[in-house]
Amino acid sequence: MYQLTGVTKRYQRGKEAIDALAGVDLTIADGDQLVVRGPTGGGKSTLLQLLGGLDRATSGTVSLDGTDLGGLSEAALTRVRAATIGFVFQSFNLIPTLSAQENVETALVPLGVKATERAKRAAEALESVGLAERLTHLPGELSGGQQQRVAIARALVKQPKVLLADEPTGNLDEDTRDDIVALLEGLWKELGLTYVLVTHDSSIARRAPRLAVIKKGRLKVTEREKAA
Amino acid sequence: MFLTYLRRELRRRRKAALVVALGLALGIGLVITVSSVAAGMRDAQDEVLHSLYGVGTDLTVSKEADESDGGPQSFRIGPGKDGEDATKTDDRLMPLGGFQHLDDSVVGEVEAQDGVDTAVGALALNDIEFKGDFQQGKIEGGATGQAVPGQGGGGGGGGGPRIEGGGADIDVDSFTVTGLDVTQQDVGPLSSSKISDGEAFGTGDTDALKAVVDSAYAKDEGLKVGDDVTIKGKKFEVVGIATADTGAATANVYIPLERAQQLSDADLQDKVSTIYVKADSSEDIPAVKDAIDENVAGASVTSASDLAEQVSGNLSTASNLATNIGKWLSVVVLVAAFLLAGLLTMSAVGRRVREFGTLKALGWRSGRVVRQVMGEAFVNGILGGVLGIALGVAGAYLVTTVAPTLDASVGPGSDMPEGAVMRGPKEMVDAANSTVEVALQAPVTLSVIALAVALAVAGGLIAGLFGGWRAARLRPADALRRVE
Repeated sequence: MYQLTGVTKRYQRGKEAIDALAGVDLTIADGDQLVVRGPTGGGKSTLLQLLGGLDRATSGTVSLDGTDLGGLSEAALTRVRAATIGFVFQSFNLIPTLSAQENVETALVPLGVKATERAKRAAEALESVGLAERLTHLPGELSGGQQQRVAIARALVKQPKVLLADEPTGNLDEDTRDDIVALLEGLWKELGLTYVLVTHDSSIARRAPRLAVIKKGRLKVTEREKAA
Repeated sequence: MFLTYLRRELRRRRKAALVVALGLALGIGLVITVSSVAAGMRDAQDEVLHSLYGVGTDLTVSKEADESDGGPQSFRIGPGKDGEDATKTDDRLMPLGGFQHLDDSVVGEVEAQDGVDTAVGALALNDIEFKGDFQQGKIEGGATGQAVPGQGGGGGGGGGPRIEGGGADIDVDSFTVTGLDVTQQDVGPLSSSKISDGEAFGTGDTDALKAVVDSAYAKDEGLKVGDDVTIKGKKFEVVGIATADTGAATANVYIPLERAQQLSDADLQDKVSTIYVKADSSEDIPAVKDAIDENVAGASVTSASDLAEQVSGNLSTASNLATNIGKWLSVVVLVAAFLLAGLLTMSAVGRRVREFGTLKALGWRSGRVVRQVMGEAFVNGILGGVLGIALGVAGAYLVTTVAPTLDASVGPGSDMPEGAVMRGPKEMVDAANSTVEVALQAPVTLSVIALAVALAVAGGLIAGLFGGWRAARLRPADALRRVE
């Protein structure tokens, strides 16, 4: 479970201080889905980075299962990311020189999984996102939707507890967007993940059981219905 | 994953990898070529020294002349006592000037020093033959037909009798003769030559009337094995023709030491001009030199390194160029290549910020990312090393193929420091030919290749450190934020 208490993230731009997050309090229960929406520069991605242990709060605490992520060493934080958190990015962020299967394997490397086991699990993960026939393809040989599926497989192959998706449909056409949203929701339900999705897309936001709107660093959470 | 990722990245960034590798290759190639040329220079200098000094000889011992030695030498030749026209000759076997001679016993003293393997004496002489055809002058205007011995040319002045005609045509023929210890020929003046025809002296030829003639002199004089060469009126049978390994020989004619001592016009019985010394090992040479200097009164000791400092000519100039300018040029190019490789690797990391940020977000430790970057840079370094070795070997091959001829001098024309005196072999070098020509070779040795490999590894690691440092400093949030 995530517990954010009085979280502030301040960036210094020259002499000007900008609060990307200003005193955010938030609780995300295990298995919950939270959709975060808001204008560009409102602090959505900053919130996601703090949840993912990619950055540290200027003040306040971000705790995951009772552990204050801000108090962990860099190495410990890296271990948390490696074992617990899966990321899906807007630009897919695949390694262009590695095949789909090898890209998925990169998530297992820090866990010390042996090569044959890595290959097997990566193939299964790709199969689960409908890319069993594309294992050896390079990212450049795949469509945008397929690349995002590879990225989702990479996020889930290590069986994380948390899935953080930052605008995962931002670079996709409408049809593909719906496929990806459906895939992520299906996996969330199937795997019982804690799922945080950052999006601009109002149609996605409308379907969210729990919506957080963030503006000028302030967060307002709307409960629509209980998560399944 | 490490190797797969490495291989794919290098294949993907072939051009960038090639630029880094070529930069390193240029530096490494230059180092190899310069090192090879420098080694060739050293070999050439060694070759020169060997030709001047004798293979197997580590030190020479001689005795510097005092002011009372030497001076002009007089010859007396002229027409017969009866005043008739005549052909007269005067054949002298004189010591080469500028040095005192050492007693034979000093050879034993030197040999007794710690670290001395062998010491042999040699006596350097110069055979000078004057041959003159003399004609009587005639007195004109006075008592006719009266011969005036020893006078020719112009007549007297005024109205008195004057001398007409007469004079002398004098030929001077000289060659150098070295008396050597026939029982120890592997050290000494003949050790830098090979017997190309006939045979060497036998160890029993201590006072034999046998001679070994230098091939160049034999060619000039039309001498061959079985012919005779006359020294101080004595006929010596030519038993062998010796060809110097490089350049000039130590002397024109070699004869047994005892014979040389007996025939010399100066009182040189039991005397030698130079003692050739072979040390037990090359490490012993400085100690042996010091021991002889200290324990053998009046001895001047010269080592190969002393001699090397007195070698001049374009070999010396080229050697200095290779050693100084070549070395610094190599260092500058190498440093520039390392920096270039480092900056290019940093730049490559800069272009892969998102990639490395993503990997860190996935839980890759900084160390693993750095290792990946360093691995790529290391392979670039090795590639640069391979190309550099190819370039360097090509450069060295070119030098060896062109093989520019360099000359080296020891003697009056050399750049000897003021007040320095060239001892030992100089007397022989001066007598024969003080300039030696050698063709420059640029050998690529295993140590040079090892140096190149070490530089390649170092270049790769330095480049990797630059890139790794940048990759290690990347924070995943910054890396991902930067590309949004």
